[in-house]
Amino acid sequence: MEPQNTIICRCEDLTLAEVEEVIAEGYTTIEEIKRICRLGMGPCRGSTCLQLIDRILARQRNCGREEIKMPTNRPPLEGIKMKELAGDAGEK
Amino acid sequence: MPVKNKANVVIIGGGVVGLAVAYNLALLGIKDVVLLERAYLGSGATSRCGAGIRQQWGTEMNCALARKSMDIFENMNEMLEVKRDIELKQKGYLLLAFSEEEMEQFRKNLKVQSKYDIPSREVTPRKARDIVPHLNLEGIVGGAFCPTDGHVNPFLVTEAYANAARRLGVDIYTYTEALDIEISGSKITGVRTDQGLIKTDRVVNAAGGYSQQIGEMVGLDLPVKSERHEILVTEKIEPLQGPMVMSFSYNIYCQQTPEGPFLMGYGDPDEPESYNLNSSWHFLEEMTRKAARLLPPLKHLRVIRQWAGLYNITPDRQPIIAESEEVPGFFMAIGFSGHGFMIAPMTGVLLAEMIAGEDPSLEFKLEPGRFERGDLILEPSVV
Repeated sequence: MEPQNTIICRCEDLTLAEVEEVIAEGYTTIEEIKRICRLGMGPCRGSTCLQLIDRILARQRNCGREEIKMPTNRPPLEGIKMKELAGDAGEK
Repeated sequence: MPVKNKANVVIIGGGVVGLAVAYNLALLGIKDVVLLERAYLGSGATSRCGAGIRQQWGTEMNCALARKSMDIFENMNEMLEVKRDIELKQKGYLLLAFSEEEMEQFRKNLKVQSKYDIPSREVTPRKARDIVPHLNLEGIVGGAFCPTDGHVNPFLVTEAYANAARRLGVDIYTYTEALDIEISGSKITGVRTDQGLIKTDRVVNAAGGYSQQIGEMVGLDLPVKSERHEILVTEKIEPLQGPMVMSFSYNIYCQQTPEGPFLMGYGDPDEPESYNLNSSWHFLEEMTRKAARLLPPLKHLRVIRQWAGLYNITPDRQPIIAESEEVPGFFMAIGFSGHGFMIAPMTGVLLAEMIAGEDPSLEFKLEPGRFERGDLILEPSVV
């Protein structure tokens, strides 16, 4: 697996090489990494990349995955169209 | 990581304001500047804000700070030698009036703005729709537009200031909490952290939504309160909306960021004073109703995330940028009332000059004594 050809976050089109570079700069928590390179901030809400980034960090730190803190899980659980939330106002 | 045991200045708070102060202090040649952040940089209000930068204010001070800060944002990539572009987008802010009284207030504000070379102007409803074609004009009597207002990325501005400050020798300690400020007589002698004591006689309170807690450490009851403000973001789409669309009476702000998502929020008039950062279902419903009515095509977008941050609010919606009279050496850059990010660059310059004892590059008076005297000039333009 070539790091520059391995996609970690599909929504934001981020490769393993790019993510590793951000970690090498000193961003070592998922909260920081997502703010710098937008990992996990796309419409799938991190359903793939969050399952990979903790492994990457655990491998680097030589620890278990359970020791890597997950970022705050923000609502809604999946994308909802505004008109569905807005009710009548969204239909006019 | 254990902290240094001595510093010239200790800054409490690693948001954009604290980092801008740190950078400017180092730029003025002040050595041994230490910044404390209890989580990661920008983890408080900075990263939670709406990412808008606006110069259309109603008070002289807010106009002056915002105008000068815009100059700095426009040159920030070069000035701070950034690793990542700060994503400045200057497509304007379109402010909408829903009554003649509101329009009259805009006209007053425009006069103040023109004194500070802010290129804002009045627009008719039709002109407003030329600027934002998908705008629903129902109820709109006019507006104001400033083409150089816009957007920058708060995460990357934070990083830019942090990296530039570090290069100039500032020691930034993340995951390090200020627990107390030690005082002897009325003089500051040190800051006690969870990683050890730092001796210093000067402290900067840049703690954003928690600034009143830092005030308590030196025995001050600061005239600020914190309040939750919620926000949401949608999926990305192709460029549709140039400017931020904003209204104080209709109570909304909504912009499309350069990457493509829409960011929007409003201020809940019933929001109590608190440190609550939870998201609410009420906000989702009310926000999407407001947006769907004013900007109808947005109703087809999916909301992908919502969150909240704290406004640190003063009675006149203008910040406190001053040294305490009661506790010399206790400097404050607090109470930004929801617009700290956009005026942080100039705040950093002015507070650093004050600490270094230099002449200010802008005449200003934002001391807390104004609240006791009651000579307030209320900022009328806050969502």
